[in-house]
Amino acid sequence: MSDLSQTVLSVRNLQVSFRGGDGLVRVVHGVDFDLKAGETLALVGESGSGKSVTSFALMRLLPDPPRSQISGHVSIGGVDLLALSDRDMEKMRGPRIAMIFQEPLTSLNPVHRIGDQIAEAIRFHRKMTRREIEARVLELLKLVGIPEPAKRMRAYPHELSGGMRQRVVIAIALALEPDVLIADEPTTALDVTVQAQILDLLRELQTRTGMAMLFITHDFGVVAEVADRVMVMYSGRIVEEGALDDVLARPRMPYTRGLLASVPRLETAGLDTGPLGTIEGFVPSPNALPPGCSFAPRCAFAQEGLCTSAMPELAAHGQPHHPVRCVRAADPALCADLQELQP
Amino acid sequence: MTRLKPLIETLGLSKHFAVRQGLLGRATGAVRAVDEVNLRIHRGEVVGLVGESGSGKSTLGRVMMMAEPPSSGSVIYDGYDIAASTPRQLHPFRRKMQMVFQDPYSSLNPRMTVEDSLTMPLRFHQPEMSARARRDKAAEVLESVGLSRSTITRYPHEFSGGQRQRIGIARALMVDPEFIMADEPVSALDVSVQAQVLNLFSEIRTRLGLTLLFVTHDLAVVGHIADRVAVMYLGQIMEIAPTRALFAAPAHPYTETLLSAAPDPVLGRNRKRIVMKGEPPSPMNPPSGCVFRTRCPYAVTACAQARPLLVERAPGHATACIRDDITLTPAVRDTPKLQAHA
Repeated sequence: MSDLSQTVLSVRNLQVSFRGGDGLVRVVHGVDFDLKAGETLALVGESGSGKSVTSFALMRLLPDPPRSQISGHVSIGGVDLLALSDRDMEKMRGPRIAMIFQEPLTSLNPVHRIGDQIAEAIRFHRKMTRREIEARVLELLKLVGIPEPAKRMRAYPHELSGGMRQRVVIAIALALEPDVLIADEPTTALDVTVQAQILDLLRELQTRTGMAMLFITHDFGVVAEVADRVMVMYSGRIVEEGALDDVLARPRMPYTRGLLASVPRLETAGLDTGPLGTIEGFVPSPNALPPGCSFAPRCAFAQEGLCTSAMPELAAHGQPHHPVRCVRAADPALCADLQELQP
Repeated sequence: MTRLKPLIETLGLSKHFAVRQGLLGRATGAVRAVDEVNLRIHRGEVVGLVGESGSGKSTLGRVMMMAEPPSSGSVIYDGYDIAASTPRQLHPFRRKMQMVFQDPYSSLNPRMTVEDSLTMPLRFHQPEMSARARRDKAAEVLESVGLSRSTITRYPHEFSGGQRQRIGIARALMVDPEFIMADEPVSALDVSVQAQVLNLFSEIRTRLGLTLLFVTHDLAVVGHIADRVAVMYLGQIMEIAPTRALFAAPAHPYTETLLSAAPDPVLGRNRKRIVMKGEPPSPMNPPSGCVFRTRCPYAVTACAQARPLLVERAPGHATACIRDDITLTPAVRDTPKLQAHA
């Protein structure tokens, strides 16, 4: 197992733009974070927040320029992924960084047996005999909890249930023991009981291999199950970052607070708790961002001028381990309001 | 509430789908999507129907709406067996019962304006109404679901997912229904939008005195919206109870499993998780006796012998499990910590 305090992935000033009908539109505006070995960092946001684009940019899976433009630095073990040739990047995908996606059926090839698909991932990177590869495939299928692996390795994807397919996808991602695993909504398409199994599996594999996980989701319930740290994204920027308990129990950003208030809780099931919290308005379009803080037009705490003149920095405001992109974060009035909203 | 006559009730309702194979398409078996279900919904009540994919919850909802004919059994609406009715006899009931779907984009015609989509059911159910009256009504209903009157001339693609779901709800409300079956109406929406649509359901339910069947896979959502919850597995109702009782004192092992797997931002990972063993059984060849027994941690030999009846254990709380000697883990304790400002 690798040293747990070691930073394995470092992202600095990551920016992503797409070329569309209206010219170049920036959708990720300077994302910075570090991921340590053995750690799970959840990236939470609603649709359009830029969370999936961020993960695709890290894997270099976005369309080639001029259709998209990426800048900044993404380093794994001192290598900047964004500076690599396509060929060198291919060598990084698998052994250094791997990704699993939401829909396991579309990430598997329907006309190949699952054993062959796992074997292909190994063969591309390692010089091993057929026998060695087959042994490794069996080992991986066992590792991800597929019953009767010797029989199942000859199955086609359509012959497996959704949960079993996602296990195969995880087996492919883990085949080369990556330092970093990006999981983009890996359980969103699954039933809750299967979701619970896959989350347990990912946690168990992480303990065993010490890999770091970037877990992308819109579901705070899932975040509470898997994350050590949480980043909340809004309109292409990180707006709050901190330890799991700090962000979920003591959110500082009005947006995070609003999101959490809108989640129905099991604790109050069947009780008359009144309407759920909501956030007024809409996520702004990336080519028509409002001046100042992107959340200001929807924010109950926004002050004309203060919030609308400049984009706030992601800053400590008195809590170095829990930075927030809100100029009013240390304002006693806002703190009192947020305190009062605590359950 | 239980003393009242039910608004809608199913009696031994079943829906089987023939499975055809081979060149000649011979029926080689049948999937019992809904298997002898008895379910009562009282006037003004919101019943949540939860289950995982393949449980038959959507099919049950659709058969109750007569969107598909049942294979056997009855659907009694306000005293009339609508399953035994001719299409002509069914016509007035179609107005009283409306549906809201998961994906409001595919359930709205992209070539029709909001006005056309909303007034279509009126042209069918109230042909005597003038075009102007229909248009006024559409504008009024749109406003009541939180959209401006001016959106009436626009097309579905001009709206966000949440707004489209409001249009879907508005269309159901156009004919002044009594009963609405909503099939996963908030599953495709972002959390903050989901909250808005759930609040809208609560609001129209109170304002219009509607009766609601809310079909979903999401336990937290039914916990918030439903008065009673029915849990389905492999075409059968495993447990039905007042919402708080289901979460605080589950009586069926499958309910316990579902509750332990439901993600929650507060309860988090410090819970005992019950992991279901094995693979789900084939719906074409369900296990004998109790259909859950192959995955149940509490199964005994007797479970294989006969299908357990749905038996009332406490007032309004029924379960289809012969193991009345076990204590199951609830999702919540019954003395909830109430919110300070609530």
